[in-house]
Amino acid sequence: MIRYLIRRIGVFLPTLLAASFLIFAFIRLIPGDPAAVMLGDMATPEAVAALRIEMGLEKSLLEQYVIWLSAATRGDLGESIFFQVPVLELIADGLETSLLLALISMIWIVAIGLPIGMLAAASRGSWLDQTLSGMAMFLASVPTFWIGLYLILIFAATLGWLPSSGYPSIFEEGGLGNLRYLLLPSLALAAPNAALIIRLTRASMLDVYREDYVRTARSKGIHPLAVVVRHVFRNALLTVVSAVGFTVAALISEAVVTETVFSLPGVGRMVVQSILRRDYPVIQGTILMIVLLYLTINLIVDILYAWLDPRVKLQ
Amino acid sequence: MTVVAKGSGFGRRQLAAFGLLTVAVLAVCAVFAPWLSPLDPLAIDPPARLTPPGADHWFGTDHYGRDTFSRVIHGSRMAALIGLGVVSIALGGGIAFGVTSAIFPRLGLLLMRVIDVLMAFPALLLALALIVILGRGVENSILAIGVVYMTTTARIVYGVSLRLKAEAWVDAALAMGAGTFRIVFLHILPNLMSPLFVQASFVFAFAQLQAASLDFLGLGVPPETPTWGNMLSESRVYITRAPWLLLFPGLMIALAAFSLNLVGDAVRDRLDPRLQAAFSSRGRL
Repeated sequence: MIRYLIRRIGVFLPTLLAASFLIFAFIRLIPGDPAAVMLGDMATPEAVAALRIEMGLEKSLLEQYVIWLSAATRGDLGESIFFQVPVLELIADGLETSLLLALISMIWIVAIGLPIGMLAAASRGSWLDQTLSGMAMFLASVPTFWIGLYLILIFAATLGWLPSSGYPSIFEEGGLGNLRYLLLPSLALAAPNAALIIRLTRASMLDVYREDYVRTARSKGIHPLAVVVRHVFRNALLTVVSAVGFTVAALISEAVVTETVFSLPGVGRMVVQSILRRDYPVIQGTILMIVLLYLTINLIVDILYAWLDPRVKLQ
Repeated sequence: MTVVAKGSGFGRRQLAAFGLLTVAVLAVCAVFAPWLSPLDPLAIDPPARLTPPGADHWFGTDHYGRDTFSRVIHGSRMAALIGLGVVSIALGGGIAFGVTSAIFPRLGLLLMRVIDVLMAFPALLLALALIVILGRGVENSILAIGVVYMTTTARIVYGVSLRLKAEAWVDAALAMGAGTFRIVFLHILPNLMSPLFVQASFVFAFAQLQAASLDFLGLGVPPETPTWGNMLSESRVYITRAPWLLLFPGLMIALAAFSLNLVGDAVRDRLDPRLQAAFSSRGRL
């Protein structure tokens, strides 16, 4: 386990470092003077010159990167050109919305995907299995924002049960009741990913039934129910862990769109808006944070998986 | 293969046929759009704005009075163009990266690390970052999404090529004095064809969803071009007054992606069941 841990972290750190270099370099790939690009068309020559010095554009690219990275590790991601506040502050503001949205979606995904997947596996080959699998496959092909717009049309605009946009913090007036603002967005975000988990659970359950150790357990005369609880359930847990791993990238990508559909003040919408505003420090900072978060979650998922499934370490 | 596992025969075959048929219909729409659409997709007709579906306008009209049916038909053109473009870039780049890496192991280690780093970005985020550098537009959407799926394609090609390289017939060819070029073109590339066909149909499907997302965010194809994503983006404001504007373009995106996934799944199962591990019909999003 320790060796696996060291090896896995040995992959994580260089990847993060290389990704951070790409994120640093990409502003410089935009045609034109990076300082002028950053400040936009309205900038005065003095402001551009000042930013050139601040960004250290006279220094070598590697030196610039080291300066940028060391500032980033201290939490200094620069200042938003549009809002004139530190980028980290903006990210911190959006983080609550985005993390809660992802968390609630993940709960939906597991709560819907796992039981339906198990049901399909248990009734393998029947019309129920075919219907559930077919539906899951269709749902996986539906754009998240389309589902989101329909949820708004039905539950917000027509029935008026739930709010269609925005999200006030749970630490403000309304408290935990404000979570209702995230109900529709999290459902939209969960739907295609739950579909994926249905298929994943079904496939992995069928694999487990065929495993030697399940046959051995049965042939030893262990009660079938005990076999399911002891072996099949443990594998269900594995499925949940890999589900988290599988869907995290999709959740992040689709959260960008979902937050835009529901006008949620999250990090994903901030990426889109800062691209439209050409607020490059914010684009850089948010993408760096998202990649850091994504790689860290992947790391945790892999370690959890190795811990739950001893076979992983042997490979 | 005469023994068909229970439950994997009939329903699946019908689904695959449905998928193939839908793809064919969409392809016909894309090719013959100007003849199939009853009206000019760009023609503005203010008095007829937001007309519900009826005899004159089968799918209704939008806020400029443009005919939704004609726009949906024309949308299949851009969908096909983007799909073909993305598949070309993803497969072309993926083959180049993957095969080179498999043939030259030292260089391969480095190239695959580059691919790994690109895969550290969730798909849409990588596409968005590339759009920031390139600017929006049709070609740039294709390029950005193409690079995203080049990464996964390169990984698959690399894996399959390594396996092929270890096969006895490649050893035999090497022993007979075959050069690298000959090995690649005679022994590796032909055997990559079937996995690549499967990958192409999945990439084509993902490209539809990603392109629609970019358009919806206002960072894809210019807004005046009738694409399904652009149409959905514009429909947002009229969602209660004109729900048909929401229905048809969205349905087209879902149908296109679904049927392409069905075709990919069917071909994969038919060609080589062992390949299932290498692909999933959702892959990288």
